[in-house]
Amino acid sequence: MSDTLLEVRDLSVRFVTDDGATQAVDRFSFSLAPGEVLGIVGESGCGKSVTMMSLLRLLPETAVVTGEAVFQGNDLLSAPPAALRRVRGREISFVFQEPMTSLNPAFTVGRQIAEVLQKHLGLSRAEARRRAIELLDLVRIPAPERRLDEYPHQLSGGMRQRVMIAIALACDPKILIADEPTTALDVTIQAGILDLMRDIRDRLGTAIVLITHNLGVVADIADRVVVMYAGRKAEEAPVHELFAHPQHPYTIGLLGAIPRRGADRLQEIPGLVPALAAPLPHCAFAPRCPRADDLSRTQVPELREIRPAHLVACFHPGT
Amino acid sequence: MTGDPVLEVDGLVKHFHVGSQLLGGGGTVHAVDGVSLTIGPGELLGLVGESGSGKSTVGNCIARLVEPTAGTIRIRGTDVTHLSRREMRPLRREVHMVFQDPYSSLNPRMTCGEIVGEPLRLHKLVPRRDRDRRIVQLFDQVGLRSELRHRYPHELSGGQRQRVGLARALSVSPALLIADEPVSALDVSVQASILNLLRELQRDLGFSCLFITHDLATVEFLCDRVAVMYLGAIVEQAPTEELFAAPRHPYTQALLSAAVVPDPVEQRSRTRIVLEGDVPSPLAPPSGCRFRTRCPLAARSAPQSVEEEPELRPVGPDHLVACHLVGPGGAAPEVLDLAAGGI
Repeated sequence: MSDTLLEVRDLSVRFVTDDGATQAVDRFSFSLAPGEVLGIVGESGCGKSVTMMSLLRLLPETAVVTGEAVFQGNDLLSAPPAALRRVRGREISFVFQEPMTSLNPAFTVGRQIAEVLQKHLGLSRAEARRRAIELLDLVRIPAPERRLDEYPHQLSGGMRQRVMIAIALACDPKILIADEPTTALDVTIQAGILDLMRDIRDRLGTAIVLITHNLGVVADIADRVVVMYAGRKAEEAPVHELFAHPQHPYTIGLLGAIPRRGADRLQEIPGLVPALAAPLPHCAFAPRCPRADDLSRTQVPELREIRPAHLVACFHPGT
Repeated sequence: MTGDPVLEVDGLVKHFHVGSQLLGGGGTVHAVDGVSLTIGPGELLGLVGESGSGKSTVGNCIARLVEPTAGTIRIRGTDVTHLSRREMRPLRREVHMVFQDPYSSLNPRMTCGEIVGEPLRLHKLVPRRDRDRRIVQLFDQVGLRSELRHRYPHELSGGQRQRVGLARALSVSPALLIADEPVSALDVSVQASILNLLRELQRDLGFSCLFITHDLATVEFLCDRVAVMYLGAIVEQAPTEELFAAPRHPYTQALLSAAVVPDPVEQRSRTRIVLEGDVPSPLAPPSGCRFRTRCPLAARSAPQSVEEEPELRPVGPDHLVACHLVGPGGAAPEVLDLAAGGI
């Protein structure tokens, strides 16, 4: 990758509350190239959503965020609020999982799209409406003029998610962060949304960070994949490489756990994701790992490049 | 299938009235519109469909959690459709349910041991002094440490809670287990262990199972036969292998083509049938074929598809399809070829 759009280095997120501290993300780094689709995969609580929220400082005040996130030469984590507002929703925008709750039920779809256009780009009402129709057309909503005057409850789940994507694309962002964008949708609707995201990347060159727990979705659309476990990066590789030669026992476990025909038993990962009060002084996966030994129980494995562009944090990698 | 069926459902209909009829508004939700199915002893039938297809309502009707509008439900030959609550009580042993959400389907004020022991107590199956021993045995069977019986549900993880739900369902040795999306709320790695467990228990104990899900991969792994539902009706039913290898109904074809597989080479070489539009409202299902508003081949089957509801007809051994375009010999339209050719 010659040029980098976003470079995140040693990002750590810690929540400090009256009930104690939680280490959600621990020295996590990644980069994103223009027009790239990066899949971030992990199970609940691995820190994948928190990571992305922290970049735009969308976390509550109890979160202590350290590290750097350089976007177009500026560190987002130390940027003043005014500068951050120019990035949020304009250069980097979000699509969330729940299309039911992320739209305001009291306003028409058109008004919610126009709001972004008027606030960020200073368009007039008439211009904003024209552009909103274009955007609905872009996300392939039929009869956009009519849909504009409808309220969210009049739309199906798939349509609402398309509206969310239209809002996210309103200012022609460089990065679209999609957090489980298809998880709440049916498979036939999911297929349409995945096609749409691919189309957006191809036509507009938008880089996409796709946060998901679904390896099938990653296999479909991602160029590169990061597997997260307990707030750390377990493995990173180009998508074909990762599925063909997974190295980390956690990645291998996840792939083996997916139900399929002919399998007599699915692979299980015994135990539970650890609740982290502080960064673990050893491999976070060791308690559940069949390959764990004294080394992985006493030291933190650093990321190593064991094949071209393929990084693994494991003392005993291998397929 | 050998032996008499454990479950026979015939022409099951469930309509819900919504809104205010006083004001002339309101309407009827056609949740289930004539579903028939049978499950043999020891058989696992997967009932697949997307949200709003009515698959959960079918399960709830069979367990008599909601009253069917029409149709009959027989469990081991006994017609249970119109039994009163009191008459139903002894038969509750025969059918048990495992629900999707392990957080809300366990009573938070009972310990997990009490939850599992409750059916034993109500059905007076085990004398009180032996109950704890039986509970320990059940915990062991579902892979839970016996100490956990003194804990409350909130102290357990999602996977452990789902095991408690399974132990409760199996405590009375039911003939039929209805599992409604039992793993959908769980992480993949936990899902795998529950699916393995369900399969082992089924092999050991031999119960029949109606497995309700939206996830095709799970069905392919677990079930013997599959019924595909769309908007309140079964559109196709076949042995698992046959359904996945040669789906006939255009909706089944679309559903299979839309499912993502965790292999980038295979996934990216697949052609998807993308269905246009939304699932019609069950308040006003389309006339004739219920799939016609989204069917890529609708033009070909009109006007018959508008006027006439296709019957679920046999097209092969144990293979039923409800589509006007499927020939009597089972020759099915290849929707995928059309999609690839750009219709």
